[in-house]
Amino acid sequence: MSKLDSKIPDGPLKDKWTNYKNNINLVNPANKRNIDVIVVGTGLAGGSAAATLAELGYNVKAFCYQDSPRRAHSIAAQGGINAAKNYQGDGDSTYRLFYDTIKGGDYRSREANVYRLAEVSTNIIDQCVAQGVPFARDYGGLLDNRSFGGVLVSRTFYAKGQTGQQLLLGAYSAMNRQIAKGKIQMFNRHEMLDVVIVDGKARGIIARNLVTGEIERHSAHAVVLGTGGYGNVFFLSTNAMGSNTTAAWKAHKKGAYFANPCYTQIHPTCIPVHGTQQSKLTLMSESLRNDGRIWVPAKLEDAKAVRKGTLKAVNIKEEDRDYYLERRYPSFGNLVPRDVASRAAKERCDEGYGVVANDTNEGVFLDFSSAIQRYGKEEALVKGISDPSKEKITALGASVIENKYGNLFAMYKQITDDNPYETAMKIYPAVHYTMGGLWVDYNLMTNIQGMYAIGEANFSDHGANRLGASALMQGLADGYFVLPYTIGDYLANDIRTGKISTDSPEFAEAEKKVKEEIDHLVNNNGTKKVDYFHKKLGLIMWNKVGMARTTEGLNEAISEIAALREEFYKDVRVPGGADELNQELEKAGRVADFLELGELFARDALEREESCGGHFREEFKTEDGEALRRDDEFTHVSAWEYTGKPSDAILHKENLDFENVELKTRSYK
Amino acid sequence: MSTVKTLNLTLKIWRQKNNIAKGSLETYPISDISPDSSFLEMLDILNGGLIEKGESPVTFDHDCREGICGSCSLYINGEPHGPSRLVTTCQLHMRSFKDGETIYIEPFRAKAFPVIKDLMVDRSAFDRIQHAGGYISVNTSGNTQDANSIPIEKENADEAFYSAACIGCGACVAACKNASASLFVAAKVSQYALLPQGQVEAKDRVLNMVKQAEKEGFGPCSNTGACEVECPKGISIENIARMNREFLSAAITK
Amino acid sequence: MENSKTSIFRKVLMALSGLFLVIFLLQHFVINSLSVISPDSFNEVSHFMGTNPLVQFLLQPVLMFGVVLHLGMGMVIEQKNRKARPIKYAFSNASANSSWMSRNMIITGITVMLFLGLHFYDFWVPEMNTKYVEGNMSGMLDGEDSYRYFTELQHKFVSPVRIGIYCLSFIFLSLHLLHGFQSSFQSVGFKNRKFAPTIAKLGNIYAVAIPLGFIFIALFHFINSSH
Repeated sequence: MSKLDSKIPDGPLKDKWTNYKNNINLVNPANKRNIDVIVVGTGLAGGSAAATLAELGYNVKAFCYQDSPRRAHSIAAQGGINAAKNYQGDGDSTYRLFYDTIKGGDYRSREANVYRLAEVSTNIIDQCVAQGVPFARDYGGLLDNRSFGGVLVSRTFYAKGQTGQQLLLGAYSAMNRQIAKGKIQMFNRHEMLDVVIVDGKARGIIARNLVTGEIERHSAHAVVLGTGGYGNVFFLSTNAMGSNTTAAWKAHKKGAYFANPCYTQIHPTCIPVHGTQQSKLTLMSESLRNDGRIWVPAKLEDAKAVRKGTLKAVNIKEEDRDYYLERRYPSFGNLVPRDVASRAAKERCDEGYGVVANDTNEGVFLDFSSAIQRYGKEEALVKGISDPSKEKITALGASVIENKYGNLFAMYKQITDDNPYETAMKIYPAVHYTMGGLWVDYNLMTNIQGMYAIGEANFSDHGANRLGASALMQGLADGYFVLPYTIGDYLANDIRTGKISTDSPEFAEAEKKVKEEIDHLVNNNGTKKVDYFHKKLGLIMWNKVGMARTTEGLNEAISEIAALREEFYKDVRVPGGADELNQELEKAGRVADFLELGELFARDALEREESCGGHFREEFKTEDGEALRRDDEFTHVSAWEYTGKPSDAILHKENLDFENVELKTRSYK
Repeated sequence: MSTVKTLNLTLKIWRQKNNIAKGSLETYPISDISPDSSFLEMLDILNGGLIEKGESPVTFDHDCREGICGSCSLYINGEPHGPSRLVTTCQLHMRSFKDGETIYIEPFRAKAFPVIKDLMVDRSAFDRIQHAGGYISVNTSGNTQDANSIPIEKENADEAFYSAACIGCGACVAACKNASASLFVAAKVSQYALLPQGQVEAKDRVLNMVKQAEKEGFGPCSNTGACEVECPKGISIENIARMNREFLSAAITK
Repeated sequence: MENSKTSIFRKVLMALSGLFLVIFLLQHFVINSLSVISPDSFNEVSHFMGTNPLVQFLLQPVLMFGVVLHLGMGMVIEQKNRKARPIKYAFSNASANSSWMSRNMIITGITVMLFLGLHFYDFWVPEMNTKYVEGNMSGMLDGEDSYRYFTELQHKFVSPVRIGIYCLSFIFLSLHLLHGFQSSFQSVGFKNRKFAPTIAKLGNIYAVAIPLGFIFIALFHFINSSH
């Protein structure tokens, strides 16, 4: 057995969390005042954790690299948040949400964690409504729900296409209340550059004040990382420009295990790449697949003509279109899970049927014309228009579509200059979310004592693939309802510790190392800017560690990334100094960490000789090209221990035991 | 994905080394910009060139680049977030500009938004206004009442959502001839005033937030409506009327 | 009270005094238009307004106070407006998002105030002099059956320069009202989606019709006096 103890409480699945809460150590209110907690990151997980810990009475120091906690990238989540409220009376329950999440994650997550997530999901909605989050409501004034991500119930709560924003502003408001009371000390425009470990326990961080360049020491009794995912290792992704892995990676280098780095979600509905100067990809909500039909031309010459600009989608006859998702997956059609939809798009484009004239012809159509006609006819009936003209039907249908997706259509038009009401949208998958992250136990503690990871930064709840509307749920569950309990159990031992000094040799050592790294970067005087390396890394990742991975490609990626990293340290050019606001220096530090993580990512993908969820190995597929899971050998979490460089990382396995669900092959046919 | 014709432009950009240094408008020619590029990608290209020449790149705030985080700012050709409506700078595309055009790029200007460096300003005044009352005092207990126990009229819920859509970018301040933060404050006040959960603290909230905004040095509202026009999220100045109403009734009764 | 130092409070005072002046102006206009329809009624109403103690000793001071408050507050607010942006933009395209009127209330306002000075010099100062210095409360110019008000009015509308200034001032007043009328409803919070279009329409009608009416009256007398 490995060194990994998941600390899952005993007892039946549905009683584990309750029993656990009843038996943990508590810290009395007077003692909480003497305990400091550092929270890094202020997204849904970090923000909600910081606010709740402060409410409980701990002294919280919160850090974010943005100029305000309100700007963390959780804000960009569009679709919604799941909760097993069963307000629609359609048979939803904690168990069903648990089961869907386990199945959606392709049976690569912990039963106990996922069940707890489903259990607290309902509290999240209550809490957010009490905070003034303006969820969508129906005409009776009650909360509205929609269905999402191919599940059989309507359990997704939403606020138009801005659910993440509204939930984050809710957490931000809770933080504001505590900041006003002095219970949270907020450090905006600060980036954590290392964690400090004293006597085996996480006792603080080294952070850089991004405005002045000053390197600061901050101590605490525990450190919580809510620093998000590492999707930007691909350079182009739907993540924010600043989203990075640095905090998690530095923790990893200090001993925290990094789990399942290869589990990455490639979201099928993003706007395709338009050119080499592009900095970022934009997601179009998955909800579009409820009405849009995905297709490519059935004839290669048509696809070529579309790319050349001589043929338009509307001029391709119905019989010359290949609705490949409907063809391959007749029962789920366009609503197959994200990983399946993404791979199918890649398959068509690899065969030459792509419709976008970028370097790799990557793009497929997402077509609303049939939905417009269908809704138009319905509306005409409802409005009692007999014998409506074709134009009338189209206009009526377009207005229905506008009501449902108006903001997304407007965004699409703004970016592409194409009118999606008249011509089919072009979409292509893009990196969106990383299921992997720091390994944590049931308490959300990493294997470093007193060091916690929450939200996307940990690996815990989504297995190999995340369902739509579950990321917001997990972030808030961790921050509002799980961590505040579990951390108390740990901190109960710290009531007599007293303030942690920042004058210890451990702090001095960590600070020295951080300064050395920065000095190296600013004094390197190379010839190539940071983006050059980041783009190159992104291309390697996308082509060889992307939607379909092969042994050969992964091996190449590993050596190419290692070589690129070497080149980076030799030849990177960072203008400006260390003691000033220096955005290139910030980027350089982040890219340096991506260059290490990328290699471990590829190693993990190479080691996992099966296909599951977001991880697809060409060697492991069924005859008709579907993912082939190998439960006998790979029903485990891969947790990597850092020992000096990514290639020397040691693999630890945590076996996943399924006592309550039966492992099945996911089929959407 | 439209034309292949590229743009040649002249940029006039505000450069300022730090908070205390004196800044100036500098001229930068830039060529071969694709009309499909976003405005910030155009600045990325400019910065790439500056780095290669050994000059210091232009500093500006940006993050999500999909119009929701509110990080990006920039006063472009005399308007916050540039000439397009209902978009942030990161969603502004170069096809909105003509070949040969001169583009002025300045930081958002206000006493309460001091310049940090180049085009980056300090908007923490907005945070402090929120600290003064931009919240509902409810603890995270896990046993607040059921979310559906208070039905909320759909119209009010929708209205609260439209107010809550504010991204805190500061365009309202930048656009206002008086650098007033009224639209920002009003949006938050309105969101909570429209929801039953927010009513309990409504009076203190509006009084405290308004006073904090004054303290930060934002100017009075002249009702020009510039903020509403330039707001990337289309937040209505009706919110300001509501804030004034709320303020008056609170000031009279409190 | 701390609340009274906020700009919202100040703007409410601006709005209320402005609306009060709007009502006063309407009343003034009605009386002035009588001079076109019937000089006799004009004389009688003028005499009533000039001698009624309620008007003279209650409404007149209130009006004065309203004018002074509107002007004074306007100056205070303008100063705050300017202080909020110490460094101006090098290039600003303000006309893209707001009307000239809304941005230049201080200019149109000061112009109207300057005109008021002239107006006081023309009418109010001689009136006060006649009534309270010379003590002639009769309103009679000469004889027993003819008041002096109408004749005085006619005398003032002879000079083309004065007429020019008069018309120009009312154009500025119109510009001031085009923004000010609806702005005051916004300031006191009496504006929402339901009322806004009506208020805007009403404001525009008022802002154009009343100054135009004053101009018409002035031109009417000017043309009549010139032959």
